[in-house]
Amino acid sequence: MTLAAAIRSGDVTLLPGKRDEDWRWTDLRGLLRTLPGPSDEETAPLAPGPFGALGDSEIAIVNGRIRDGAASLTVGAGKRCVVRLRFVATSSESRHEARMTINVHAGAELTLLESHEGQAHGYVTAATLDLRLADGARMERIVVAEDGEGAVNVACASAVLAPNSKFAQTILTDGARRQRLETCLDHPGGGAEVRLDGIYVLKGQRHADLTTVVEHAGPDGSTLQLTKGVVDGQARGVFQGRIVVAEGADRTDARMGHHALILSERAEVDAKPELEIYADDVACGHGNTVGALDAEALFYARQRGMPEPVARALLTEAFLGEVVDRIGHEGAREAARAWVARRLEAAA
Amino acid sequence: MLRIQNLHADVGGKEILKGLDLVLPAGEVHAIMGPNGAGKSTLSYVLTGRDGYEVTAGSASLDGEDLLALAPDERAARGVFLSFQYPLEIPGVPALTFIRTALNAQRRARGEPEANAPEFLKLARAAAGSLKIDFEMLKRALNVGFSGGEKKRMEILQMAMLKPRLLILDETDSGLDIDALKIVADGVNALRSPDRAMLVITHYQRLLDYIKPDRVHVLAHGRIAASGGPELALELEREGYDKYARAA
Repeated sequence: MTLAAAIRSGDVTLLPGKRDEDWRWTDLRGLLRTLPGPSDEETAPLAPGPFGALGDSEIAIVNGRIRDGAASLTVGAGKRCVVRLRFVATSSESRHEARMTINVHAGAELTLLESHEGQAHGYVTAATLDLRLADGARMERIVVAEDGEGAVNVACASAVLAPNSKFAQTILTDGARRQRLETCLDHPGGGAEVRLDGIYVLKGQRHADLTTVVEHAGPDGSTLQLTKGVVDGQARGVFQGRIVVAEGADRTDARMGHHALILSERAEVDAKPELEIYADDVACGHGNTVGALDAEALFYARQRGMPEPVARALLTEAFLGEVVDRIGHEGAREAARAWVARRLEAAA
Repeated sequence: MLRIQNLHADVGGKEILKGLDLVLPAGEVHAIMGPNGAGKSTLSYVLTGRDGYEVTAGSASLDGEDLLALAPDERAARGVFLSFQYPLEIPGVPALTFIRTALNAQRRARGEPEANAPEFLKLARAAAGSLKIDFEMLKRALNVGFSGGEKKRMEILQMAMLKPRLLILDETDSGLDIDALKIVADGVNALRSPDRAMLVITHYQRLLDYIKPDRVHVLAHGRIAASGGPELALELEREGYDKYARAA
């Protein structure tokens, strides 16, 4: 039951819907009674994406077709590189899916600047990423999702980590008609470290679902997770975070935070943080808050001369800034900061 | 400069200010003293326009302009500054960013040109230097993890940079040791000028040893119960507020 399978076959009965527990807030079956036809091939050159010219090379997947390259990327042992991975949709009212496999060998380091770019209306797309990190490998994945308001997009990344590897991720999205950005990690423990962050800034009738599943299979692993969202209008933000600490995965350090600001009465945030712990001697915790901006801080800023919209924008940007600050790659961090600032201006 | 007439104000449906009159001319420093619960902080919030502080009667004007009709930021742009008893922590906003945003918002509201980065940094360095604040501290999130004394110094720093005309100091001495108190008082005294007025709200006389008032008012039961020269503060220090607490 996946969108990718439905896109391949054209069979809408394969779509996940609200009867599936993990999809109850991101119902695709109820939304899509029929699927549009396959997307056309696009041959025109692409304008720069949200990461501009950052990094060493670019892989573009346009309407589900990989340009100039293979559906896999390997970073050899000890190598370091920064790669832009762009999923671009240019074909309106159509469907396509894409797959990508990435291997980061022992001691290698990859910064993946991934974007989902909607340059068309009403498309339905699915992207599947298989990530493998060998012993001591490092990967930082920064995802910017800019789907159109009429788009449906499900992007699933599955990562298998080896001991001593480091995987860090920050997703930034402004939502779509319906959108799910899912990350599933096999965490072996053994000194491997994970950071899983996210930001959603939603307005109008947009929807974004950030779902993560981390399975700690062995001892001595850590997962730090921080997701923050701002929803306005009639938008809906969904956060589902599950961390499973298997029997024997002792001394796991897992912390999950999800905090959202609701700026309008008709906006909605649904959150399901879950910790399932079957091991002993673990340090696990989660925090979840949904609310409005702090009225006292708002008054303080206004007393110093900031008109209300200026004060709100400053405090909201600061609220999301905590997540942006955790991005390791400096260029990507500044691109993310600018992206957030633009989204908040658009929301005001 | 500031004229308050027959001011009545409710907080949560309860009347706290009950007909307060006060005239504060430019160039003067007036102290408001009073027992806890007399309405001292309420007065400061009413003058600055905080939500939940509802004026039910009376008026407050700044140079003849109705202050109570203005939004909090409009009052700030006209020169009203409140040094908070408990300055807020603003996570994620460096002090410099916060102050620059405030300064330029005020300048825009007054139709003045905004401060560019070099001009602003020069102002900030000068203000930090005179208040013995490490400039590096201004790069940190405003007040987050700062000590009580550091927070109060940051209030005075903002005051020095925003150059308000009506300064309201709400219990600025609370939480300060004697060294910090002197630094803060020096910072406040440096801002005394013929075109500024200050309202110093305090429970204890101690602060007034360092910030000398021209007039002292006793606030009790929501109105001014007595007014006098600096000697009134000393009398209160000796005899306490009992006389005024009973009088109502």
